[in-house]
Amino acid sequence: MELLIEKLVQYWAYPFVRYALVVGVLVALCASLLGVTLVLKRFSFIGDGLSHVAFGAMSVASVLNLINDMPLVMGITVLCAILLLGAGQNSKIKGDAAMAMLSVGALAIGYLMMNVFSTSTNLTGDVCTTLFGSTSILTLTQTEVWMCAALSVVVVLLYLFFYHKIFAVTFDESFASATGTRGRVYNLILAVVTAVVIVMAMNLVGSLLISALVIFPAMSAMRLFKSFRAVTICAAVLSVFCAAAGIITSILAGTPVGSTIVAVQIALFVLCSLAGWIGRR
Amino acid sequence: MIQMNCQGLTLGYDSALVRDLSFTVSIGDYLCILGENGAGKSTLMKTILGLLTPLEGSVTLSGGVGANEIGYLPQQTQAQRDFPATVWEVALSGCQGRCGLRPFYTRAEKELARQSLRRMDMERFSRRCYRELSGGQQQRVLLARALCAARKMLLLDEPVAGLDPAASRELYQVIARLNQKDGMTILMISHDVEAALHYASHILYLGEQVFFGTRDAFVRSTPGRGILKPRGGSDHGIAD
Repeated sequence: MELLIEKLVQYWAYPFVRYALVVGVLVALCASLLGVTLVLKRFSFIGDGLSHVAFGAMSVASVLNLINDMPLVMGITVLCAILLLGAGQNSKIKGDAAMAMLSVGALAIGYLMMNVFSTSTNLTGDVCTTLFGSTSILTLTQTEVWMCAALSVVVVLLYLFFYHKIFAVTFDESFASATGTRGRVYNLILAVVTAVVIVMAMNLVGSLLISALVIFPAMSAMRLFKSFRAVTICAAVLSVFCAAAGIITSILAGTPVGSTIVAVQIALFVLCSLAGWIGRR
Repeated sequence: MIQMNCQGLTLGYDSALVRDLSFTVSIGDYLCILGENGAGKSTLMKTILGLLTPLEGSVTLSGGVGANEIGYLPQQTQAQRDFPATVWEVALSGCQGRCGLRPFYTRAEKELARQSLRRMDMERFSRRCYRELSGGQQQRVLLARALCAARKMLLLDEPVAGLDPAASRELYQVIARLNQKDGMTILMISHDVEAALHYASHILYLGEQVFFGTRDAFVRSTPGRGILKPRGGSDHGIAD
């Protein structure tokens, strides 16, 4: 035990460890807030779909040899989010099919582009890194950390400011629209914010595991609590805890960051389900 | 006094479902909208709520009812049945339309939500979870929410769908009480012809032949006789 603490203190001295922890916790917090709404609106899969789109966009950016790929990746992902969430209700192709097509399509095109045009010698490594997250969380620069922090503050403030409207639109969009809340506008805001958070989270867990950050905290919280407010708060707390615990474990044990966080979340979900089951008896 | 005046409505998406529909609703009316599936009932409802614009014609609200001030009871969605929310949170969200951009509810709005729950006899369930209530209780909570948004008019979309006979009868009585005691104007989409003839003051029938008029006139009309014949007559089987 003492050895572990000593090791932790030793690691804490490195700025990259602190950065990783800060960014990881912030991204997890944002993802869990959005997750509650997305899960309840039956949009759980959107995290997955959009992250594949982001993967596709990232490979296009790397083929084009862009030094700063953020604007392109962000732009394409936001656009897809608006198409899926904003216009999804009335379109001819139903939501889930559209999502599946886009998701698989982007994944395939992304891999194809990397394969055909890549100049990298370690292609499999590159792909694996983008899919499963990587050491890139450990190589964050100070600017990236600040940007991530600023975005997180914006997301949390937006969420607090629109909390009651988010509830109204999530619970019953047609009632909300009929009585003067502009459901479409909030859907649009939700779409854009989701896309932003997902692109931020790519660094942390990679594009295959992002859904876990979105879905698990909300699902765990729903096992335990019965009011929307309690579920939201609990999801945020659980998510922050899982991210911190996952990152620390991965540093100490030398395991991959993304999958360690997800493993912690799975364990917590099982615990919450058990607790909820016992509570109901 | 007239609260709603629909003139020359042509409704539909790409092609017209309903052509040249005109009717009026006055304060205290209890209008049932009947018709087969696909006859345009929900399209008419969305148009009244301002969610769809009519292809032709207009809906004019007056007499104390403004746009967004119709209390709406939608059909329940699957997602709502396991939604983690308390009765209080659901009822309070009915005040959302009054908020504009303001992020929090005022004391007056909270009081309104409390009153609405009390009117539906659901105040003691305030802290209970919505998904744990029975179907009839859930409908009462949603009615309380609608009352928060409504000043003078309620629009109910098949309110008894999925309820057992006892719960249906109870809900019909709650609605009748709102109509008679509180003077709330009721518009109800329904498949339940017998209940419609028992409670409604006016009938709007959508189908090949459109009918609008009082209940008694409907019973004598061609579409009315067409519906009633196979059932062999009047409104028996419903107890007050």
